[in-house]
Amino acid sequence: MKLKLHIWRQAGPDVSGQFEHITADDISTHMSFLEMLDVVNERLIADGKEPVAFDHDCREGICGTCGMMINGNPHGPWERTSACQLHMRAFKDGDEIWIEPWRAQAFPVLKDLIVDRSAFDRIIQAGGYVSVRTGSAPDANAVPIRKEFADDAFDAAACIGCGACVAACPNASAMLFTSAKVSQLALLPQGQPERYERVLHMVDTHDEEGFGNCTNHGACQNACPKGISVDNIARLNRDLFKATLMDRPEEAAV
Amino acid sequence: MELNAKIPDGPIAEKWDNHLFSMKLVNPANKRKYSIIMVGTGLAGASAAATMGELGYDVQVFTYHDSPRRAHSIAAQGGINASKNYQSDGDSDFRLFYDTVKGGDFRSREANVYRLAQLSGNIIDQAVAQGVPFAREYGGLLANRSFGGAQVSRTFYARGQTGQQLLLGAYQALERQIQAGTCVMHNEQEMMDVVVIDGVARGIITRNIRTGKLERHVADAVVLATGGYSNVFFLSTNAKKCNVTATWRAHRRGAGFANPCFTQIHPTCIPPSGEYQSKLTLMSESLRNDGRIWVPAEAGDEREPGRIPEEERDYYLERFYPSFGNLAPRDISSRRAKEMVDAGHGVGELKNGVFLDFKDAIERLGERVISERYGNLFAMYEKITGENPYKTPMRIYPAPHYTMGGLWVDYNLQTTVPGLFAIGEANFSDHGANRLGASALMQGLADGYFVMPMTIGNYLAGVTPGGVDTSHPSFTEVEQGVGDRIGSIMSVGGTRSSDSFAVELGRIMWNECGMERTADGLKDAIRRIGELREEFWNDVRVPGKADDLNQELEKAGRTADFLEFAEVMCYDALARDESCGAHYRPEHVTDEGEAKRDDENFAHVSVWEFTGVGKEPKLHKEHLTFENVKLSQRSYK
Repeated sequence: MKLKLHIWRQAGPDVSGQFEHITADDISTHMSFLEMLDVVNERLIADGKEPVAFDHDCREGICGTCGMMINGNPHGPWERTSACQLHMRAFKDGDEIWIEPWRAQAFPVLKDLIVDRSAFDRIIQAGGYVSVRTGSAPDANAVPIRKEFADDAFDAAACIGCGACVAACPNASAMLFTSAKVSQLALLPQGQPERYERVLHMVDTHDEEGFGNCTNHGACQNACPKGISVDNIARLNRDLFKATLMDRPEEAAV
Repeated sequence: MELNAKIPDGPIAEKWDNHLFSMKLVNPANKRKYSIIMVGTGLAGASAAATMGELGYDVQVFTYHDSPRRAHSIAAQGGINASKNYQSDGDSDFRLFYDTVKGGDFRSREANVYRLAQLSGNIIDQAVAQGVPFAREYGGLLANRSFGGAQVSRTFYARGQTGQQLLLGAYQALERQIQAGTCVMHNEQEMMDVVVIDGVARGIITRNIRTGKLERHVADAVVLATGGYSNVFFLSTNAKKCNVTATWRAHRRGAGFANPCFTQIHPTCIPPSGEYQSKLTLMSESLRNDGRIWVPAEAGDEREPGRIPEEERDYYLERFYPSFGNLAPRDISSRRAKEMVDAGHGVGELKNGVFLDFKDAIERLGERVISERYGNLFAMYEKITGENPYKTPMRIYPAPHYTMGGLWVDYNLQTTVPGLFAIGEANFSDHGANRLGASALMQGLADGYFVMPMTIGNYLAGVTPGGVDTSHPSFTEVEQGVGDRIGSIMSVGGTRSSDSFAVELGRIMWNECGMERTADGLKDAIRRIGELREEFWNDVRVPGKADDLNQELEKAGRTADFLEFAEVMCYDALARDESCGAHYRPEHVTDEGEAKRDDENFAHVSVWEFTGVGKEPKLHKEHLTFENVKLSQRSYK
C-alpha cells in the first residue's frame, strides 16, 4: 500500500510542533502499525533525517507504553486494541493517516509522539494499594471471595495505564484510570480498611495533577484498549460521596 | 575468580531457616543509614525495592521506562507455581523442588531450588493480600491449573494476564513506599555502568533518557534486576527495550557470567509474517492444555487445515510422548516443531509454523468454556493474524523467550563482585538448563520479596554506611568512559541503522546458537560476530544529538553491548560439549533423539570471566552436587 502520513513533530517540550507530511510506499497489510512506523523511521535514517520518536515496548498490548492519536482516535480505529496491536489491515491503499501525541494539560509532550504520563504514578502513590507488609499476609485461601466480585475486580484491574482515556476525554479527565484502581480494591475484602481514604486521596491527587472533571461523556470507555467500563466511575463516585459525608479520616499511616 | 556458593549446612529442608538465623541483622534504627541502588522494576526489582523500603533502608530505584509499571514482567501470561497443594493432588515443597531440578535437566543448584519451592506459597499469600485478582472457583477459593508439563495442578493464574496482575501488585507496593519516602524513584534513567571502588560495588552511572545527561549515584550496595537477554536474537518475545547492557557492564567490571548459552525457546509463539517483523508474540503455553498440536502427515500438503482428514494429520507430540503428549516440556516441544518444519511439514503462507487446534476441545467443552479460559489470547491472535482460532487452528512456532543464564550469584544472590547483587531473570540461579512454565514469576518474586531483603541485611551489617561520595575519582573515571563510548557511537557517522545490525546479529545467533548448536556453527558464529562488531563501529549511523531524547542512540548502545555479549554465549555453547535441557548439541543425542547429558564432565555451572572485547573469556566452574535428587535421564514418553 501507499499511504500519506501526517505525523506530529516536536523537538522538545518547550518548542512548538507541526505536522510533517510523509509518503510511505510499500506498506504490507500484515505489518503492525508500529512496524509501519519502524519502516518509515528506517527510511528517514537512511535519508539522514531524524526518525519519529514514539513510545513503545512490549508490542503485545499489555505494557501500556505505546499510545498515539490515529486519525483522531486514541490507539486508532480498532476497538479494544492498543496502537501496537493495530495492524495495517485496518487501512487501505491511498489512505491518509494523521498521527498525534496524547493531548492533555497533565500529559506534556516531550518529543514528537512521546508524552509525560508520570501523573498516573502519583495518583497511585496517593492510595492505589493495600497497605500490607511483605510477609504479614494470611493464607491466601483464608478469605474466600465471591467469584463475581473477583471477576469484576479483575475487569477493573486490567487497566494498562496507557492514558487513552485521558486523550479521548473532552475534559482530559483521568477518572476512568483512577476509578479502575479504586473499584478493583473496593470490590475486594483486602481493600476495605482503606477504602474511603483511598478514594479521597486519589481523587484529590487526580485534580491537583491538572486532569479535568468527569462529565459522563463515556468517550474514555470507547477508547480504552482493555474495555474498562465507566461503571467503575459510578462506583468511584458512590464511594467518594460516602467518603465526603464521613468525618475526613486522619492521614493514613503508611 | 573465586566461586564460593556459600550453601548453608544441614538437611536441604532446613538450610534456609538455619541461614536466616545465622545471618547478621542490621539494627532497625540503623537501617535508614544504609542506601541501596535497585536497578529494574519488574517483579524482582519492584518487590525487592518495596520490601527493602518497608524494612527501613534508603532505596534508590531506577528504571529506563517512564513508569516502573512498564517492566516486561507485565507481559507474562500463564501463571505462577506454588506448592500450596490446594488441590490435594500430592504436591509438596519437595515435589516442586524435584520437578524444577529435573525440569532444569540437573544443571541448577539444589539448595537454591529448594528455597524457591519453600517460599512459593508465601508469594501467593502476599499477592492475594495486595488485591491481586487471581482466578477463583465458584466457592470463592483460588483456582489452579496444571501447566507446562507438571503432573499436579499448582499454577495460580489471573486469566492470561498473571504477570500484569502480579507486577501491578508489586508496583503498588513500591508506589506505597515512594509515598512513604523510603524508596526514591528515578524514572527514565538507563544504567550505563557499575562503579567498583576497592573491589566493592559502590554505585552506578546512568543516562537520563529525556535529556541525555549522565548522572552518578552512590550507595552501600547495588542490586541488578534487569531481566534477560533474549533480544540477542533480535526476534524474541521480549519487549523491544529488553537488553543485556546492565548485566554485561557488570560482567566487564568483574561479575562472572553463568551459563549464558542456556536460553529458552518457547514453543507457542505466532510465526513471523515478513521481513519487517519487529518482535514475536507469545501465545501462553496454557493453550497446550486444551489445544492439540499437529502438522499434515505429508510434507508440502497445502490444503486448508479443515480439509485435511484426521488420518492424514500427524499429532506428533502425542505420537512421540504418549504420557505427556501436548504438554511435553518446552525444549522438547520446540525442537520437535523445528524438526517438523525443517522436514517440510510447516503450515501457513511462509510454511513456518505448526497447528495448535482447539476443535476437539470446543466440541467437548463448548465455545463458552474455551473463551472463558483463553478469550483474551484468542482475541490477540486474531488481531495479529486476522484468523479466528475458534474456526481455524492457530499457527505456532518456537521463539526465544527466557534466558536461564545470567550473572553468577551465590546463595545470598551476590555476584562475584562484593556488594553487587543480581535477582530475577538477571541471575542464573534456579532454572538450570531449562525453565519450567510458571516458574519465572515464582523465582522473580521469591528473590524480590523474600530472599534479597534478608540476605542484603547480612551484607550491610558487615559494612560501614557511606564513606564514599560521587566526587570519588572512580565515579569520574567511569562516567568519562561512558561519555567517551557514547561519543564514539555518535561520531561513526556511517550508513546503517543500529537495528540493521541487531537484525543481522539476531540471525547469526538464531541459526548457530538457537535451538540447535554445532561446534562448527559456533566457531563460525564467533568469527562473524567479530566482523559484524567491527562493521558496526565503522558504519553505524545514529542521527540526532547525544544530549537529547534520542531513541536511536539508546538502541545503538544496547546493540553494541549485544555484539560483545553474543560471543560469550557462543563460547559457552561450544565449551558445553553435551546436550542438556534447552542446550542441544546434535553431536550428543540419545537413541530416542533426546538431549544426552554428560554428567561426568558437565555437571557444573560454567562461569565466564571477562578478558577483553573480542578475546576468549576465561572459564571457571562451579561443580554441582545432587544429594536429594537422583541424576536420571529425563523421559517424557
